[in-house]
Amino acid sequence: MNGGSKPKKTIEPKKNPMPCQEPAVRARNFNEVALGYSEEAVVAEANRCLQCKNAPCRQGCPVEVDIPAFIGLAAGGDFYGAIRKLKEKNALPAVCGRVCPQESQCEKYCTLGKKHEPVAIGRIERFCADWELAGAALPQEVKPPTGKKVAVVGSGPSGLTCAADLAKLGHQVTIFEALHVPGGVLMYGIPEFRLPKNVVQTEIGNLKDLGVNIEVNAVVGKFAVVDELLNGGGFDAVFIGTGAGLPYFMNIPGENACGVYSANEFLTRTNLMKAYRFPEADTPIRVGRKVAVLGGGNVAMDAARTALRLGAEESWIVYRRSKKELPARHEEVEHAEEEGVKFAFLTSPTRIIYNDDYWVTAMECLQYKLGEPDASGRRSPVPIPGSEFVMDVDTVVVAIGQGPNPLVPGTTEGLQCNKKGNIVADPGTGATSKPGVYAGGDVVTGAATVILAMGAGRTAAKSIHAYLSGKN
Amino acid sequence: MYRIVRKEALAPTLSLFEIEAPLVARKARAGQFVILRINEEGERIPLTIADFDRARETITCVFQEVGKTTKELGTLCEGDYLQDFAGPLGLPSHIENFGRVVCVGGGLGVAPVFPIARALKEAGNEVIGIMGARTKELLFWEEKMYSACSELWVTTDDGSYSRKGFVTDLLREVIEKKKDVGLCVAIGPLPMMRAVCGLTREYGLKTVVSLNSIMVDGTGMCGCCRVTVGGKTKFACVDGPEFDGHLVDFEEMARRAVIYKPQEQLAVSRYVKNSAHNCSCGCGGGR
Repeated sequence: MNGGSKPKKTIEPKKNPMPCQEPAVRARNFNEVALGYSEEAVVAEANRCLQCKNAPCRQGCPVEVDIPAFIGLAAGGDFYGAIRKLKEKNALPAVCGRVCPQESQCEKYCTLGKKHEPVAIGRIERFCADWELAGAALPQEVKPPTGKKVAVVGSGPSGLTCAADLAKLGHQVTIFEALHVPGGVLMYGIPEFRLPKNVVQTEIGNLKDLGVNIEVNAVVGKFAVVDELLNGGGFDAVFIGTGAGLPYFMNIPGENACGVYSANEFLTRTNLMKAYRFPEADTPIRVGRKVAVLGGGNVAMDAARTALRLGAEESWIVYRRSKKELPARHEEVEHAEEEGVKFAFLTSPTRIIYNDDYWVTAMECLQYKLGEPDASGRRSPVPIPGSEFVMDVDTVVVAIGQGPNPLVPGTTEGLQCNKKGNIVADPGTGATSKPGVYAGGDVVTGAATVILAMGAGRTAAKSIHAYLSGKN
Repeated sequence: MYRIVRKEALAPTLSLFEIEAPLVARKARAGQFVILRINEEGERIPLTIADFDRARETITCVFQEVGKTTKELGTLCEGDYLQDFAGPLGLPSHIENFGRVVCVGGGLGVAPVFPIARALKEAGNEVIGIMGARTKELLFWEEKMYSACSELWVTTDDGSYSRKGFVTDLLREVIEKKKDVGLCVAIGPLPMMRAVCGLTREYGLKTVVSLNSIMVDGTGMCGCCRVTVGGKTKFACVDGPEFDGHLVDFEEMARRAVIYKPQEQLAVSRYVKNSAHNCSCGCGGGR
């Protein structure tokens, strides 16, 4: 694995550091936190790669990027070649370089990671993608038209990937997006400071160059149901990638009080509607003096960091397990800590306390200890009787997860869903119980990551292509 | 972009827009709503569908200029475009033959109650309409409502037109006089719907109300519009907007409706300061 025939090179044990805005400064603005590698840094980082023949990193990539190949090209300064190589498999590299949980994917398997820090694959990917975005977009190869039409419902990561793959194969693709801009969670959910919206829109622009047609303000399930797209709508197949657009609440007393937000609402107002620019932008948001965010995932980190930027004096993550179990990306937790987000571990609220005007004033919480591992393999939190205490807060953001939005599954006849409302789809093909209808991403798996959704979009695109090729 | 094909000033701060939106018009049904955005900086606001015309491919909405967005909307004229227009959202009204029904519209609520009354009449119901406004000049669509009802009762709070009093006064009379009312549909300001429900509860008369909660996406994604109905949290955008009025927690609704009051006041005063009424065609808002 150490490539015996190659001359030995001295390996820098640590990743080249990512330049970032200073924590104290960035905690009060919405500009991107991580500034990106310089050309010098990216070449140095790419040269840390051992170019292992068996490339263990590749098994960690849900969209099968040829990682050593693109890194090898970047190591030689051939960024054009590197981005071409990336784009063979990944339609949204500028997004993935920023938001993929590399530590649990490609970088987890990096040979270098056994002794040192793994190669910063995500950072190199981001550099190559940004290099392309800064210049002219690469010409992309599109196969001759097949005459087949595919409808993609939802323009989040799975839908965009599926659309890009099918368009390259020559199919005519229309994406239907319910909101007024395409991008799904990349636009409404992930904050500007982590994923600038112009980056998302530029990547989507590249998709339009492939011939993908995007209809915004088009709520499938309302203006038309899936059956109408197939029969009469002229589409030969449909891909459903409507995501996890149904916020879960705690179901504790006081949760409808003023000042309690779902993370979806808190982030949508801020990211999609630009409430941080109110009153220049029309959509308001109210962030109090002391904000409590319930949950420990990436969405919770995003909300807690957003609260600081909106002017909160204190922003707390309230999580019922310990730091070790936090499901968020390590980097997000680190960034949150640096920016001054505070953590109340082994804590969960039992009710929300409000004043006569129905505004939140506090939360009654219970303390927990860790018990036996549960089905998820994590030690389950066990409440400590009598440990109730009151935490003064004036804004609560509930970030404990999202379910599948029922609008499309609920209006599609013959589409099998599970008890939670997720569409049942074959993980190997994306095929649903309904002929010609495929699904992928969070609407199938429940809330997961951008890259897993993209992988599902790719898988479905392959099967849709096979389905359409056999259908003449 | 969605073109305003017709504008009608119904009262000094009440306007009607007929908007070209083929995909919405094809599917729209009584009781549903749309979400619109005026321009790139605009907020997404829900408006209940007041009428639809499948042949003309249009949706009609009526709005009152209260906040910054509705004031700005009021400056748009025929031929202008809205940036975004999505729908039809929410569940349509449940229409069946209940026998005799009462449809109550208070103030702006006359607009959304009209297509429901029409649909109920088409389903074979005897529809008794009740409409009311604060004063004569705020009354609109009397003839249109009349066309959808077997009989129409009209009131103004100040007695400047027809009977003096509230819609609830007329409603009590109707219920007392006409037995066997199968359903009441009441749409209007929250205090009015609450008062109607208080009254119909006395008579055990099932009452449907349409809730105009604050919304962002309108597709069940954000939960901003949540409302307690029968002790359970519902989303007005996807579970409603219509609910059994006897089960709605109106107190909570009223509190949640003013969450952004300080921000709204700031936005309005800033808007009024920065812009005289400058509509694109120079009609002064009359067209």
